[in-house]
Amino acid sequence: MKEKAMQYVFTVTACICILCVALICLFLFVNGLPAIAKIGPLSFLAGVQWRPGNGLYGIAPMILGSVYVTAGAIVTGVPIGVLTAVFMARFCPKRLHDFLQSAISLMAGVPSVIYGFFGLVVMVPAFTFMFGAGKSILTASVLLGFMILPTIISVSETAIRAVPDSYYEGALALGATHERSVYFAVLPAARSGVMAGVILGIGRSIGETMAVIMVAGNQTLMPVSLLQGVRTLTTNIVMDMGYAADLHREALIATGVVLFVFVLIINTLFSLAKRGRV
Amino acid sequence: MKSLWGPGSSPQSFFLRLVTFAAAAVSMLLIAFLVLYILVMGVPHITPSLFELSYTSENVSLVPAFINTVSITFFTLLIAAPLGILAAVWLAEYAKRGSRLVKAVRLAAETLSGIPSIVYGLFGMLMFVGFFKWRLSLIAGAFTLAVMVLPLIMRTTEESLMSVPDTFREGSFGLGAGKLRTVFFIVLPSAMPGILAGVILATGRIMGETAALIYTAGTKPEFNWNVFESARTLAVHMYVLSGEGLHVNQTYATAVVLLILVIGVNSLSAWLAKKIAGEQNG
Repeated sequence: MKEKAMQYVFTVTACICILCVALICLFLFVNGLPAIAKIGPLSFLAGVQWRPGNGLYGIAPMILGSVYVTAGAIVTGVPIGVLTAVFMARFCPKRLHDFLQSAISLMAGVPSVIYGFFGLVVMVPAFTFMFGAGKSILTASVLLGFMILPTIISVSETAIRAVPDSYYEGALALGATHERSVYFAVLPAARSGVMAGVILGIGRSIGETMAVIMVAGNQTLMPVSLLQGVRTLTTNIVMDMGYAADLHREALIATGVVLFVFVLIINTLFSLAKRGRV
Repeated sequence: MKSLWGPGSSPQSFFLRLVTFAAAAVSMLLIAFLVLYILVMGVPHITPSLFELSYTSENVSLVPAFINTVSITFFTLLIAAPLGILAAVWLAEYAKRGSRLVKAVRLAAETLSGIPSIVYGLFGMLMFVGFFKWRLSLIAGAFTLAVMVLPLIMRTTEESLMSVPDTFREGSFGLGAGKLRTVFFIVLPSAMPGILAGVILATGRIMGETAALIYTAGTKPEFNWNVFESARTLAVHMYVLSGEGLHVNQTYATAVVLLILVIGVNSLSAWLAKKIAGEQNG
């Protein structure tokens, strides 16, 4: 009797996860979709002007902004991350590995507002000095690239370590050097795991808000240059939500819906990559 | 003949080794620079006025924000920890592997853990602040964060339940204990350190969270006993201060406190996890 009752309790609590996802979808879609319908899907998604005062709610600049800073983060973060993972898996002695491991978990734990603050006080002045523009797509990209390092490193390292030693040994036996064996036999075999790490990194950077808002400048113009300020989907919500009302507010929630759909697509890609299908 | 590029090596291998070492060095230098820079700039500005009991716009005291952080962490864990642990017990001990419901629960948990915090913030604002009419309040923030950390607690708990050897369960059944008794008196206590490590990791995430809280718990800088009042946590406090730009030195000092707090919490979790791993191997 008691056994049976408790089993139901366990089952019901497990279903809370499903309930949460359902509620999130429900609240976002119910509050966001009417706005998209009112504004018109085309002028919402493809509109190039965001001027709530004039009734213009085009989020194309933000969609592009999100895509650009995410792409920038991948360009800066992935090479360094994957190479570091290779170093940790195949090049470094045990004691150094322990040290690196704790440094990387430290990096993963630093709150995004601290990354943002660091970007604001260190990178923005430095980039202003070097390129003449401080708060820009470039700054946000580099900062995000830095922030996704721990994700990419730990997922890639696990993938590289999971490759059977026979690959490495086989390459060595054929006369390849240590480096060539690692890069041309082991790393290609870990491809789908590394890919999963990269996709996870994409998910992180497209969803990052606080660090981006502090270094990206947040202008709503169409991004045309790397050195221009940019507003992403995430920062659009935080910038305007404080004072928005009526359709403006609903348009912000709709921005959240678009972001949510992006993230769902990325999640699906991630689980496909984990099973080695990408 | 001794090769210029090291023993038995070629220019290509030398180059590969070079970029690998360089990348690792860049990663490490970046994180070291970030932490040291914040410490060097912040520590000299940690003054007694920063720790006065009440907040004013002159002293920008972080004490109320700190207390709010502690209480929001407490309420979030009060909601999320039992739910996450019970759900994990179901997944690890009761559910039939591969059943439809298990797949659905796992899919839901995976989806939740991939959702960005700003989307949680929007959801919390719509459901707890708006629909439940709790206004901007500590409790709305806590509920929002509870949904956010639920998958994390579930996953870490399930992993540590899985690592309890089956002999423990068999021994308990052999002595005549039922399933429920076995779970609560044998399996859960043995998995406790791992569960704790997960809960502490969740604490670290709660303390560092900003985007999910701005429009759920709000930014009121005072402490209040009423959980239905707006409350600013340390991370939100840090964001607001740096946005105002009036108290740069105090912002550095606040960053130091936040950073040390989060690093401390995360190291505690890592230490616990390592201890368990050590016990299992030894």
